Amino acid sequence: MYLHVRSILFLSTTVTDNVKKILIFCLTLMASGPVLAQLEIQIISGNPSALPIAIVPFQWEEAGPPPATPVDEIISGDLYRSGLFDPIDKSDMAERPVDEESIRFGTWRLLKVDYIVVGRVRTPADGSGHELVYQLFDVHTQDRLLSQVTVVGEGDLRFGAHRVADAIYEALTGVPGAFSTRIAYVTAAGLGPDQRYELVVADADGFGPQSVVGSPEPLLSPAWSPDGKKLAYVSFEKGNSAIYVQDVATGARELISGGAGINGAPSFSPDGKKMAMTLSRTGNPEIFVRDLATGQMSQLTNHWAIDTEPTWSPDGDTVYFTSDRGGKPQIYRVPPSGGTAERVTLEGDYNARASVAPDGRRIAVAYGRGNEYRIAVWDMETERFTIITPGVLDESPSFAPNGSMVLYATREGNRGVLSAVSADGNVRQRLILSDGDVREPAWSPVIR
Amino acid sequence: MKTAWRLAFAMIIALTLVACKTAPKAPEAAPPKETTPVVETQAAPDPHDYTDSRNFDNPESLLSKCVIYFEFDKSTVLPEYRGIVSAHAAYAAAHSSARVTLEGHADERGTREYNLGLGERRGNAVMGLMTAQGARADQVVVVSYGEERPTCRVSDEDCWSLNRRVEVVYTAR
Repeated sequence: MYLHVRSILFLSTTVTDNVKKILIFCLTLMASGPVLAQLEIQIISGNPSALPIAIVPFQWEEAGPPPATPVDEIISGDLYRSGLFDPIDKSDMAERPVDEESIRFGTWRLLKVDYIVVGRVRTPADGSGHELVYQLFDVHTQDRLLSQVTVVGEGDLRFGAHRVADAIYEALTGVPGAFSTRIAYVTAAGLGPDQRYELVVADADGFGPQSVVGSPEPLLSPAWSPDGKKLAYVSFEKGNSAIYVQDVATGARELISGGAGINGAPSFSPDGKKMAMTLSRTGNPEIFVRDLATGQMSQLTNHWAIDTEPTWSPDGDTVYFTSDRGGKPQIYRVPPSGGTAERVTLEGDYNARASVAPDGRRIAVAYGRGNEYRIAVWDMETERFTIITPGVLDESPSFAPNGSMVLYATREGNRGVLSAVSADGNVRQRLILSDGDVREPAWSPVIR
Repeated sequence: MKTAWRLAFAMIIALTLVACKTAPKAPEAAPPKETTPVVETQAAPDPHDYTDSRNFDNPESLLSKCVIYFEFDKSTVLPEYRGIVSAHAAYAAAHSSARVTLEGHADERGTREYNLGLGERRGNAVMGLMTAQGARADQVVVVSYGEERPTCRVSDEDCWSLNRRVEVVYTAR
């Protein structure tokens, strides 16, 4: 099923097979009972140079029954969706080795795979949770590239499989994986008085969606705390915009700002101690920074323009924001202690809602030209844009915590869907909900 | 030329909209039944008397119009909508207990938070005109919904032009 992913259009035959498999996969997941509709992930365009890899089914050595979705499938799915790997189908595996001694490398060379992963799942010595014991080999050199034991708690087997995929990804690309992360997004369904908004959190592969908060009034701008435990967001539930912070696990929440005018665009500082936000209590939107421990507010901008969408550099030394002080929206930056704002994006008619890459050197923005809005990446060193999405109403870019992908919102017909694109624009996938709009994605930090 | 057509289209829609919406009130108790019918003998209101609350329901009067449309990424109140704003300003000036919420909106293009700012800027532009014409600042509140509450959900200019708007909503008349 994972063979032959090329730069192909959606619905050409090879991909259709994949989609069928994914649909079946999703149906299986739904049968196991999540309350909310599952995001269905489809690869729209793949990478011709994806690395062929074999993830051999892990031997199940626990006393209980094996899970409905085996860990090898979760690992293969993660690697496949990254666009960098082309995992071979299980049915093409003539042998199922579980350790180094049982691998006959010649067989795998004939299958034209470059890498092979073998492993087992067993119960740890203390009797609770799962131990994933696995090795990664280069089929050509027969070198062992990775030999690890990943231990996770009871009920965290999927998380463990994502951790294994993270380690394989890092061993072969040099970049840490981001599969064991989560995504937050807003869904909107129904019309008029039946309109319903939900802020949802799911695993990065769309599995296990959970509603964090629901409202008949608009919800927007979810932002993760750096520890991945809380979400800040904007809710219109009281008739005007207000900023809340909510603990994802317990549901406990706190009103951060709900005064007259706009209360919008919350963004946690990288140390989690401060929050930048947009307030228009002075008469027009300005950027403020709140000390979350003391509640003390400082005003970062003071301009008649719309100043909004603040976001922090990874080192916490810079706040990027959108401002139309030059006539059109562009990205500016200012130190969090205040000072003179400096323009960052130097090209284009409309650049807004920056997401800073983890390396701090690039920002992804909604890049507007005429009636077309795409996601573009501005390299702050070369001062160049790379447009990475086809448009035409793309917005809300959110970098993966490893910088490899950008999650964003787009339209398909008159419906909102999420897409993820590799940071170079070469590999793109689409995340579709069975019903209604999906929008406002936010990729979580790495959860340790 | 295209812009002119779009404006004309928006105008037509603006002129066909009837009776401004008011904020929902608590349901009132049913009035006691009268034994003798009351005969209304009042003359029709002068449509240009914007202090007369009957004109809210009089399609001949600008007071019955409550939506002001805008150009893309702009917040200037166009000349063709100034009469509507003036009518509401005159009503507010004459009725000190009247309270108005100006709901600012934007079309779907561009980012949501920037559009919140844009909706507010449009509301502020209308508020500025109203207070310049006699409404008190404490009678008028601006709330921006950005692109979150479209009246039309098709991605084309006709639809976008309907969504770039300020709605005048009375919370008290």
